[in-house]
Amino acid sequence: MSDNDTSAATVNQYLTFILNGEVFGITTDRVLEVLDYTDITPVPQTPDFMCGVINLRGSIVPVVDMHRKFGLPISKHTVNTCIIIVSATVDGEQTSVGAVADSVREVLDLDTACIEATPRMGTRLNTDFVRGVGKHNEDFILLLNIDTIFSAEQFAADGAVIQAAEKGSV
Amino acid sequence: MADLPQQAFREEAYELLAELETALLELEECPDDMEVVGQIFRAMHTIKGSGAMFGFNDISSFTHEVETVYDLVRNGQVHVNKALVEISLQARDHIQNLLDACCNGAEADLATGTELIAKLQQFMPPPEPQLQADTQLQADTPPKTVATTESHELKTYRIMFKPHPHILQNGTKISALLEELADLGTCRSIAQMTRLPSFEELDPELCYVSWNVLLTSTCDEDAIRDVFIFVEDDADLNIHLIDTGEEGEEEGQRLGDILIGRGEVTQNDIDRVLAKSKRIGEMLVDAGLVDQDQIEAALQEQTVIREIQEQRRSKKAEKMPVSSSLRVPAERLDELVNLVGEMVTVQSRLSQVAALRHDADLYSIAEEVERLTEELRDSTLNIRMLPIGSTFSKFKRLVRDIASNLCKEVDFVTAGAETELDKTVIEQLNDPLVHIMRNCMDHGIEMPDVREAQGKPRLGTVFLGAEHAGDSVIIEIRDDGKGLSTAKLREKALAKGIINAEDSLNERECYQLIFAPGFSTVEQVSGLSGRGVGMDVVKRAIAALRGSIELHSTEGAGTTVRMQIPLTLAIIESLRVTIAGASFIIPLTAVEECVELTYADIEEAHGRHLAKVRGSLVPYIPLRKAFGVSGAAPPVQQIVITRTGGRRLGFVVDHVIGEHQTVIKPLGPLYKNLRTISGGTILGDGSIALILDLAQLMHQADTLEKQVEIEHE
Repeated sequence: MSDNDTSAATVNQYLTFILNGEVFGITTDRVLEVLDYTDITPVPQTPDFMCGVINLRGSIVPVVDMHRKFGLPISKHTVNTCIIIVSATVDGEQTSVGAVADSVREVLDLDTACIEATPRMGTRLNTDFVRGVGKHNEDFILLLNIDTIFSAEQFAADGAVIQAAEKGSV
Repeated sequence: MADLPQQAFREEAYELLAELETALLELEECPDDMEVVGQIFRAMHTIKGSGAMFGFNDISSFTHEVETVYDLVRNGQVHVNKALVEISLQARDHIQNLLDACCNGAEADLATGTELIAKLQQFMPPPEPQLQADTQLQADTPPKTVATTESHELKTYRIMFKPHPHILQNGTKISALLEELADLGTCRSIAQMTRLPSFEELDPELCYVSWNVLLTSTCDEDAIRDVFIFVEDDADLNIHLIDTGEEGEEEGQRLGDILIGRGEVTQNDIDRVLAKSKRIGEMLVDAGLVDQDQIEAALQEQTVIREIQEQRRSKKAEKMPVSSSLRVPAERLDELVNLVGEMVTVQSRLSQVAALRHDADLYSIAEEVERLTEELRDSTLNIRMLPIGSTFSKFKRLVRDIASNLCKEVDFVTAGAETELDKTVIEQLNDPLVHIMRNCMDHGIEMPDVREAQGKPRLGTVFLGAEHAGDSVIIEIRDDGKGLSTAKLREKALAKGIINAEDSLNERECYQLIFAPGFSTVEQVSGLSGRGVGMDVVKRAIAALRGSIELHSTEGAGTTVRMQIPLTLAIIESLRVTIAGASFIIPLTAVEECVELTYADIEEAHGRHLAKVRGSLVPYIPLRKAFGVSGAAPPVQQIVITRTGGRRLGFVVDHVIGEHQTVIKPLGPLYKNLRTISGGTILGDGSIALILDLAQLMHQADTLEKQVEIEHE
């Protein structure tokens, strides 16, 4: 009985989504909502993975293109393209961020036992971004660490800003 | 929830400490002003009282010692001098430290306290027995007068305090309550002994007495209730306002009316007794309707009210207007401002829709809404406005401390303390102002002897003034010290590599050098200023408030720093422009005019970014280029000519749409490294427009230009 209890306590829910055919997961605690893709207002002088900002019921929320962020090939927008609004901690400040994904799949219950440490190599991703690899049926799901993906250091824009401006002035 | 009262105490105490500081500084200037002494005493007393109540015993016992000295000052037994004020200020700081320590759970520094108390005790005269005597208040204590300020309305309350018999069993000290009441103002109390049984039946552990207290004070009913806060359940407490301090009231109330008002007799009783012709008081006693004590109390009340009204008539001329205020948590106000912001957004959408529909009714409603929203916005933003004077008093202390630290003699002059600014703006102005003031005192004002040798008065002057100018406030800090030498500034900037030897700078630009990062003119780093971080931090802080800062100086005669700060941060008047279909917002305060820019104009200038505006050349920044926008610009672009950082500068955009009420929203921490965009706003159609930070755009263009120059060399 007690065994059952402990195992129940270690099941976490993940929202899975597709990027370039691969399955990724974010813990549902951090997912606020999923929106259909809307027009995004671009913000000048920012790195290209920063799509811009959207109006989410009166608040301005930044949106990040996950393909560009992870260096994946850019895919075309379809009816399934969506923006996942997550709650991230940036520099100790809680903030909402939108992430553009090709499509959202489902909410999965994953037992901690099914999650393995991130392999050091071969994921083609910055391993800091990945919390672990979950196994579900025969799929491998890369579980993302929201806070490292959206940390301000990753977005250190100063250099990028000048570059963008120079690019513009050529 | 448990430490809510403590939280309230802290807030109150910080406020009182600020008050105390102001009063002490005032006292230093006019040591004989008994009203100020009264203020100081009351502030200390409240800190002591509520400190003890909420278990801040360190604070309470320390404050008690300080208070004792001021009690003596109040009684004329101790005279105020500079040394006393100095120690009192230190004591004030100590109380604040104790309070901070309590808040952070840190260990309080009790040694300083003991030291300060020892110093304070030197001011006390040798102890006289009647002074040290306990001031236990008996039921028939003669009226105790506390120096009450005349700046507020004096109100008279009738407090009927009827403790339940078992109240003493809880350890309640009624005398302490009455004493506390007496400290609120002029107080007369009459004990009501009617319930007192014969001696054989008397239970010494029960309380048979009740009290009628007449209190004339500036405090409100809540303050009185606070005194009884812990015995509320163990006593019947009735508080009536019997004299509001307002003009035009009748003579004193008649005794009969008072008794009726107190519910002790009815009109019928009075009428019946009045038929006989003895004095009404006696008659009522004879009739057994009331007893002697109650009559006594009512008579006292009558006298008090007559006296008060008498007093008021005599000083009718110097009466102050009534002002009542309300304390509201800042977050609630912020919420309100946010809501108003939403409202403004929705309203602009409504106006936009109405303009398209060609429906006269809808249009007139939209106009009405627009007008109301504007009023709502203005009055909401007004609530957040505070007079800047509240920070001025803090600087008074700062100047005083720095002056004595540096052995300089400085007079601090302020003007425009009543100038109102948004609360957050005032808060954010504090640090920059401290920096500048320190610089004035440290680098500006010379030593007294040096000043004298130069034929200046020994006493240096630091001026801090504020005034309104349109929808911004100008803050000026001026000293009559040695001023800045442009040659020296140049030399220094060269040595630090901030400028190049061939750079030619006009006077104004020379002074602006002081705001460059890593610039400091003093060779030696002092404890006060001169680490070379000060002024550029100041500039950045002011820029964050969307303000500007400039410095002028005359060598040998002094330096002036002028800051222009927008009144509020939440909503601004602005100009909406578009670049490649995207909307951008330019703060209207900076905008001077808009002119057209055609391809022909660009060719004529041979690719240089200069525009001819009515005979003068104005440099411009093509925003399409700066933002890396691809595609061709429209044949006729617009240049928005602005005054940025004291310079005329144009910004080229595709189209100018028109004026816009902009509710500023932050872009969030992800964009915090993006300097050129200071925020965003939501337009009527739900799309987002970004707010341009002109000063940063200019700075970026300057930097790029320099890089290009270097590459060309």
